[in-house]
Amino acid sequence: MEHYNMNLNLKVWRQKNSKTNGEFKMYRVENISSEMSFLEMFDVLNEQLIAAGDEPIAFDHDCREGICGMCSMYINGKPHGPWQANTTCQLHMRAFKDGDTIVVEPWRANAFPVIKDLVVDRSAFDRIIQAGGYVSVNTGNAVDGNAIPINKDNADAAFAAAMCIGCGACVAACKNSSAMLFLSAKVSHLALLPQGEPERHSRVLNMVAQMDKEGFGACTNTGACEATCPKEISISNIARLNQEYLSASLVAEK
Amino acid sequence: MSFTGVFLILFLIVHVGINACIFANDGGQMFNTAAHFMGANIVPRILEVGLFAGFILHIIQGYMLTVKNKSARKVSYAIDYGNKGSKWYSRSMALLGTLVLLFLILHLSNFWIPNRSSQGFSLGGEIDLYEKMKETFSGHDIITILTILVYVLGCAALGYHLAHGFQSAFKTLGVHNKRYQVMLTNIGYGFAVIVSLAFAMMPISFHFGLLN
Ligand code: HEM
Ligand code: SF4
Ligand code: FES
Repeated sequence: MEHYNMNLNLKVWRQKNSKTNGEFKMYRVENISSEMSFLEMFDVLNEQLIAAGDEPIAFDHDCREGICGMCSMYINGKPHGPWQANTTCQLHMRAFKDGDTIVVEPWRANAFPVIKDLVVDRSAFDRIIQAGGYVSVNTGNAVDGNAIPINKDNADAAFAAAMCIGCGACVAACKNSSAMLFLSAKVSHLALLPQGEPERHSRVLNMVAQMDKEGFGACTNTGACEATCPKEISISNIARLNQEYLSASLVAEK
Repeated sequence: MSFTGVFLILFLIVHVGINACIFANDGGQMFNTAAHFMGANIVPRILEVGLFAGFILHIIQGYMLTVKNKSARKVSYAIDYGNKGSKWYSRSMALLGTLVLLFLILHLSNFWIPNRSSQGFSLGGEIDLYEKMKETFSGHDIITILTILVYVLGCAALGYHLAHGFQSAFKTLGVHNKRYQVMLTNIGYGFAVIVSLAFAMMPISFHFGLLN
């Protein structure tokens, strides 16, 4: 692929903390390589700001290889930017051209309050996981992972659901700020495997209850989540979650 | 939402089926027989109460859901293409539903109210609904033209509401087998097109004198 350099105008959301109101600020970066990642471009900008004695822009990131789900940025109106099935850290500057103006905002949802600039508090997701997104195992020797036979189709579907990195892009894209794609991935991942069976009913009931408590909106199956998800989590997981929830509500002992 | 939605879909099947009897083009004989069965028989009259309850529940749930979902994002985006990948009508269910509701008010005042007020509390004494349709849609005055326009737009809104609603209802009820999902989505599109076209053709056919 041809390499080129570009000059860009950035319109970035700046917000001191969760208590204050934020606003957009314009910045200019020059000589950005088309081979940089989007976050590296932000590093260049922050070096510039620090050198000028300004406050650098706070943004979340960790692995920078598309697996941790930290790099939440809403770029030109789309979570994780213009590419399909991609995280912000894996978005390369060749997605843009010289002279572009790029607008960068934090995820917007009441359940994801802004902490600072582009960093939002996604601990709502952690609390949903804590409500039931696990399997309990007794201590002692590690069990043989291959001792329980698992149907291949179920294993594949469970693995596909387990791809979810909890980035929150589904909530950010959804007009209802619904967390159903995320939750459906977590519930499906365990509901499809025999290891998930003992806690199957309490898991889905408790996780849904926690999700509702966190103030996410309700799903109306618009499909924006699936289209934006960097891990291409299928929306049919949401229907599976609905089925799990309905049947658990009907037959759970408690 | 999904239970009441499926209930209303079942109603539509009955309603479009009975009304399509006008296309028999027999001067309304077949249609009036069916309409008489529905209007002068105690069973459908009792079911009608359930139908109203279904509509009201669906509408209240719909608006409550819309308000809840709107308020889940207090600060909105400056640029919003986040919905790329979703269909405009999937995102506009409340608007489309409201258009259907407005149409429904006109529609009830055209036929249901005159018919029931002629009946009073008795089971008989209905008006000739076929003649009433003809009268409502045949004229060339501005009121008639506007009425037909509202009917056609109402049917279009209903079609789009169903194009999303039909498949969405089954997803909400938990159907997640891929093949059934594809099948239900396609049946939903077919249902939406057939129902909205069939209803829209009724005022149009009367207006252009295609039915005697
Ligand atoms: C009269 C005013 C109406 C309003 C305000 C309204 C509003 C809504 C809303 C907001 C939804 C939620 C979208 C979703 O869950 O996907 C919905 C779903 C639906 N509506 Fe309506 N609607 C109305 C009339 C109708 C009528 C007349 C029918 C059919 C006869 C209908 C059938 C459906 C169906 C099948 C769904 C899908 C349920 C689901 O997704 O779980 N609606 N409606
Ligand atoms: S479902 Fe997709 S978009 Fe949502 S949190 Fe998981 S990886 Fe991110
Ligand atoms: S920084 Fe880990 S996924 Fe982007």
